[in-house]
Amino acid sequence: MKKILAGFAAGLVFGIGLTIAQMTNPAKVLAFLDLFGDWDPSLAFVMGGAVVVTFVGFRLLRARTAPVCDSAMQWPTATAIDARLIGGAALFGLGWGLVGLCPGPAIAALGIAPQRTILFVAWMVIGMSLVRWFVERRAVTAAA
Amino acid sequence: MENFTPGSALVGGAVIGLSAVLLMALLGRLAGISGIVRGLIGPAPGEAGWRAAFLAGLVAGPILWGAVGGAVPPVELTAGPWVLAAGGFLVGVGTAIGGGCTSGHGVCGLARLSPRSLVATLIFMAVGIAAVFVTRHVIGG
Repeated sequence: MKKILAGFAAGLVFGIGLTIAQMTNPAKVLAFLDLFGDWDPSLAFVMGGAVVVTFVGFRLLRARTAPVCDSAMQWPTATAIDARLIGGAALFGLGWGLVGLCPGPAIAALGIAPQRTILFVAWMVIGMSLVRWFVERRAVTAAA
Repeated sequence: MENFTPGSALVGGAVIGLSAVLLMALLGRLAGISGIVRGLIGPAPGEAGWRAAFLAGLVAGPILWGAVGGAVPPVELTAGPWVLAAGGFLVGVGTAIGGGCTSGHGVCGLARLSPRSLVATLIFMAVGIAAVFVTRHVIGG
């Protein structure tokens, strides 16, 4: 129950942050990516504010061996800069640029205009599931 | 740059950072939204609950913010249903293969000074900018 409440609280704060920053509005995101049009640098300030706070917070948490509600700090371990990273990031960037939604804002926007964003979220989950069941299963089979 | 909103962008960004710190402090997990969703697809034991709760909180965030009198911006989508579906699919496949999105690579990865995340962020930004350039100024021009 503690883990559920902690997860909900963190998600709630994330959703409020996205809303304040107006990142739940795809037009705002596309205006940032429209470097050669009527450019709106706001998204860079959102990332700047988020990175600074996260940088300081993560520094403070670095020495901890366990989080408050669980047994282990699960810091990412991947460091590879390979074709998967580059290809994946490029495909993501293409979808992001076509619509103006990335995973966080797309899900938060379900709380504002679900009928407009559910199609995007549904296809996002289908895409993730396909990679999970086909690419990752094949990788496991190949490694075995 | 008439729509530039640096103040709310910085405050909102800081709140997003606060959430990332909160999730790491409470559960020891990285606030990468695509990763949190992916962990719900065929979840490992004990992983489904907090992930579903986080996503429920993410949806509830703008609702609560509006309920306490905060400004909730509209969701202005210009993409039609086909582009919306294709975009969602690309974002799903791309984040699954590339191991993260704007939050996992962009916010948390850069805050961890991860070269891997810096490369990912530069690439999805560049491709996103290129996609908007083509759709707005080449095809749509």
